[in-house]
Amino acid sequence: MSTILEVAGMSASIGSQQVVESVSFSVPDTGITAVLGRNGVGKTSTLRGILGLIKRKGEVTLAGERIDGLPTHRIVQRGVGYVPEDREVFASLTVAENLALAERQANPRRDFVAHLFPDLVERRAQMAGTLSGGQQQMVSVARALLNDNRLLLVDEPTKGLAPRIVNEVAGALEEASRTVPILLVEQNLEVVKRLAKDAIVIDGGRVVHRGDAREILGDEELTRRLLGVHGDAPADGHGTEERA
Amino acid sequence: MSTLVLVLVTGVGLGALYFLVASGLSLIYGLMHVLNFAHGVFLTLGAFLGWEVASRIGATGWPAFLLSILVGGLVGTAFATVTELALIRPLYERHIEQVLVTVGLAFAAVALFEGIWGSDPIFITGPAWLDETTTLLGARIPNVYFVLMIAATALLASLVVFLRYTRYGMIIRAGVENRAMVTALGIDVKKSFTLVFAIGGSAAGVGGVLAAHYTGYVSAHLGQTLLIFAFIVTVIGGLGSLSGAAIASVLVAVLQQLANYYLGGTGDLIVVVALAVVLLVRPRGLLGRRPA
Amino acid sequence: MSDFIRTWWKLLAGVAGVVFMALLPLLNISVPGVLPTPTYQPGTLALLSLAMVFSALALSYNMLLGTGGMLSFGHALYFGAGAYGLGIILANFGVPLWPGVLIALLGGLLIAIVTGAISMRVSGIPFAMVTLAFAQAGSVLVRRNSSVTGGEEGLSLNTEHVPDGLVGVANTRNLYWFALGVVVLVYLVALWVDRSRLGHLARATRENELRIRVLGLEPTRARFVLFLIAALSASGAGVAYILLQSGTVPRAVSADLTITVLVMVVLGGVGYRWGAVLGGFLYTILDQRLTVLAGSEAIEGLPSVLRIPLSEPLFLLGTLFILVVIFLPGGIAGTVETRWLQRRRADALTELDDDADEAQRPSEVRP
Repeated sequence: MSTILEVAGMSASIGSQQVVESVSFSVPDTGITAVLGRNGVGKTSTLRGILGLIKRKGEVTLAGERIDGLPTHRIVQRGVGYVPEDREVFASLTVAENLALAERQANPRRDFVAHLFPDLVERRAQMAGTLSGGQQQMVSVARALLNDNRLLLVDEPTKGLAPRIVNEVAGALEEASRTVPILLVEQNLEVVKRLAKDAIVIDGGRVVHRGDAREILGDEELTRRLLGVHGDAPADGHGTEERA
Repeated sequence: MSTLVLVLVTGVGLGALYFLVASGLSLIYGLMHVLNFAHGVFLTLGAFLGWEVASRIGATGWPAFLLSILVGGLVGTAFATVTELALIRPLYERHIEQVLVTVGLAFAAVALFEGIWGSDPIFITGPAWLDETTTLLGARIPNVYFVLMIAATALLASLVVFLRYTRYGMIIRAGVENRAMVTALGIDVKKSFTLVFAIGGSAAGVGGVLAAHYTGYVSAHLGQTLLIFAFIVTVIGGLGSLSGAAIASVLVAVLQQLANYYLGGTGDLIVVVALAVVLLVRPRGLLGRRPA
Repeated sequence: MSDFIRTWWKLLAGVAGVVFMALLPLLNISVPGVLPTPTYQPGTLALLSLAMVFSALALSYNMLLGTGGMLSFGHALYFGAGAYGLGIILANFGVPLWPGVLIALLGGLLIAIVTGAISMRVSGIPFAMVTLAFAQAGSVLVRRNSSVTGGEEGLSLNTEHVPDGLVGVANTRNLYWFALGVVVLVYLVALWVDRSRLGHLARATRENELRIRVLGLEPTRARFVLFLIAALSASGAGVAYILLQSGTVPRAVSADLTITVLVMVVLGGVGYRWGAVLGGFLYTILDQRLTVLAGSEAIEGLPSVLRIPLSEPLFLLGTLFILVVIFLPGGIAGTVETRWLQRRRADALTELDDDADEAQRPSEVRP
């Protein structure tokens, strides 16, 4: 099994505050790899650091090429799709415009996206800001799936969604993962169990554990110690996500 | 009655002039969070060079007038584009410094204009029709106001079409909302920075030529004087909102004209009072988005 | 221990500097090319006095921008309020000088309370625009009410109630000492502000408003008080200005003057008190020397491509300003302190920028 993404000694900061401290891990080129950890340990910042959305140091290698010196748009152009925390759809643009902006290649995978999220086809002309949270999440995921990426970075795709929608989004990611590897930050451990093959556990801005996702979550003691929760309960959070 | 019509129509015409300046400011601020103090000197240079060209080929003819508008627009575009590439871009994401270099540029450019064209206003002429009046509902309106309105309407219409129906327009609208996410979709947002400067500069350059015909002269300070009103308009309209700027341009200018006619020439002060009231009642402006 | 030594060394250098400046009118020092005359003659004393007034104004502006992180384009309003306030009082009310000064300062403070309370409804760039608008209104008022302010012509000082020792070219020396007193006073105020709880609060607010709120402190009030102190100091500089120049012109309330002060502070180094003082001196002397240069024969003989830019001092100063912003982000003081004194200190402007960036990304770091 080879790796698609190699992160070596990456630190990241927001303003003058360091939020990720020298993390190192690799992401295999197939399947879904979960990033786990308590709230505020730097999971979101790790993804943002890889993308260059926040200041970062250290080595990041995508398919054998260094990307840590590149600006965000160039990294994305090399085949990295990003589904941000809190969706970040453009509220004053229509669904169609949101999707059109994300299209980078001559023949975007519109049919695939339409097949995954038929809802969005119906709501093409609607302002994205007027969609429900679940529909916004679909737009956000769809933006990443329109292109043939080499890697997807997906940040808390099921946060705050109704169970039925969680299921739909998880299904879409599962289907997408057959063709593209995904690095997934997810608090809903049920979803992690369903989707992820490997897992990386971050604590205090560092990687403290890595291994098979189901094994980690199956070990109650380890789960409690590293994630601060029971294996079957969603992480409780103190309302202050990622405020490093 | 005819006085009121006169005041209202000239107010709308003045508002049109404000909009030519404020639209660019608003786009630039909305996308880049840069307060562009140099916007006024784009306008001034457009006015000076427009006049230089017009006066060489017979200022009172229509060809000279139209050519001077074209020249003003091109000069404004070029000046603004160079400004963005040479001064703003190297300071990417350092907003305060970006404001400071535009302040420095305005400061230096005004001094240079004084060196070249002198510190006294240069009185200009144009096609005779501009100085004539057209009677509307009993009020005799100087024709230059109609030209201003036509120019501003054309600008607004083309901006709306551009923003709504082109890919770059879409990128700009998305960037105003969330620039980081635009780059995270693989789009080089810097190109659109240069573009909004170019668009703002062209509107300001055209505005400069028309402002010169409106005031009857060109001076090194022409742009900076208008700039202050354009700032007020963009704050009242809501920073970064184009339609807000359009509405506020007209409201502010009409209010200003009303006060000038009926309250003993206090228009300038009323505008500042209006700004204070808007800030007290609605700090984000008429159509501004709620601060994050 | 080294901090202790450094503090004493700085104190000593400061006192020595002030003593030296105080003795200058008694000395015969010539600096050709920089000062127009030997130091005991009125030409140089007047230039240095003006430089000190602008240094005081720059210090007050640095309280806003350097300590409080507030970019104002209306600071000249309070300077003008001091200058015009005193001028109007002396011309119309027959009040002696010192009570007149007090009234002028109170007037400046009052204007600052009203305009400050309104403009602080917004912050950042909108704040800059709003302060600009207020200064513009002040400028319009001054230009329009010429019966009181002298309009475009300016207002000359009515010296009837001014002590003889502060009037006329012969007493330039006394005015010089007065200006020195003002700049020292404003410096001490700035020092006190920076050291006080108020200054800490304002600086901390600039860095992280949220944290301050969590601690149960009121950041807006700290900034407002800072704004008032800065405005009052500017009014003090304005008072010195009208005495020194025997009058004032509308430019004293204009946005132009605020921008000039901004240029001084940025040249000197935002956030450094000695930078502000240096910036005031540098700007005033450069402006004067460049104006002399512009009229010189060497420039007259040049082709117009070179002659026109070189004969516009403000063009050269504006260009210098742009270069400093791009290439010396800490200004002179910041560059000296970080490069030569090896002091680690984050650049004030960069901190402001980081703030702005965080504010733009609501989903990331705000609860």
